Amino acid sequence: MLLNQFLLLAAVLFSIGVYGVLARRNGVLVLMSIELILNAVNINLVAFGAYHGTVSGQVFALFVIAVAAAEVGVGLAIVLLLYRNRQSIAVDEVSSMKG
Amino acid sequence: MILAAEEALVAQNIFFGLIAAGTIFGALRVVTTKNVVHAALWLVLVLAGVGANFLLVGAEFTGVTQVLVYIGAIVVLFLFGTMLTRSPIGRDEDVDNPAWYLGLIVAVPLLALLSYAVWDQWGDDHIDSLTPAAAQTTADVSDSIFSTYLVAFEAIGFLLTAALIGAIVLARKE
Repeated sequence: MLLNQFLLLAAVLFSIGVYGVLARRNGVLVLMSIELILNAVNINLVAFGAYHGTVSGQVFALFVIAVAAAEVGVGLAIVLLLYRNRQSIAVDEVSSMKG
Repeated sequence: MILAAEEALVAQNIFFGLIAAGTIFGALRVVTTKNVVHAALWLVLVLAGVGANFLLVGAEFTGVTQVLVYIGAIVVLFLFGTMLTRSPIGRDEDVDNPAWYLGLIVAVPLLALLSYAVWDQWGDDHIDSLTPAAAQTTADVSDSIFSTYLVAFEAIGFLLTAALIGAIVLARKE
């Protein structure tokens, strides 16, 4: 199999994730788009690990999965707090710190 | 023997095409659907497709972990988040920014740039995952984690504990 086919799939997923982060207004959907980006990175790590014949790519992909789990936990707690304080999770309304 | 390997390669490429098409379609639905619960369910398809890709290159342990952690835990967390924030369960016309097209202006050139860079650098380099000797077994992964990357592994464990305690503190009612 070509290395490129995995890298291109990852590039497409990454770009879709970037689009989602920028275009979505609902906090939960923004977090889902971030998951797409992290998964694209994981595909790259595992593909390069297989390409070089080492397990380091897989190990780092596992670390990214663990960090993603922590990120979703904290992210959803923040969204929950936002909802409790403002009765809305639209991320563009969170502008108290805008100068 | 060589013929058998080539046939297996064709099968692998067909499966890759199917998986990639499903993954990309699911990802597009995640960022375009108006229904938050449907977005979480399309995310399951994307995560399963990524896990299948891991299996395709012989990364068995990572593929299984992908299914366990992402589909088993993170999607459930998303669904709970949707319920607890009382997002409308049905269609919701208010999930996109008014200026959603700005996302396209960033994402499409980014995709073109990434594709060009990847194509230019790794033209037709191959992954040899068909031979049993090249397969990366779970034992190799665990050996690597608990020797070379032991410090990083402990740091990840600490990070996960700290983040989950932080999440509890944040979400707890006063």
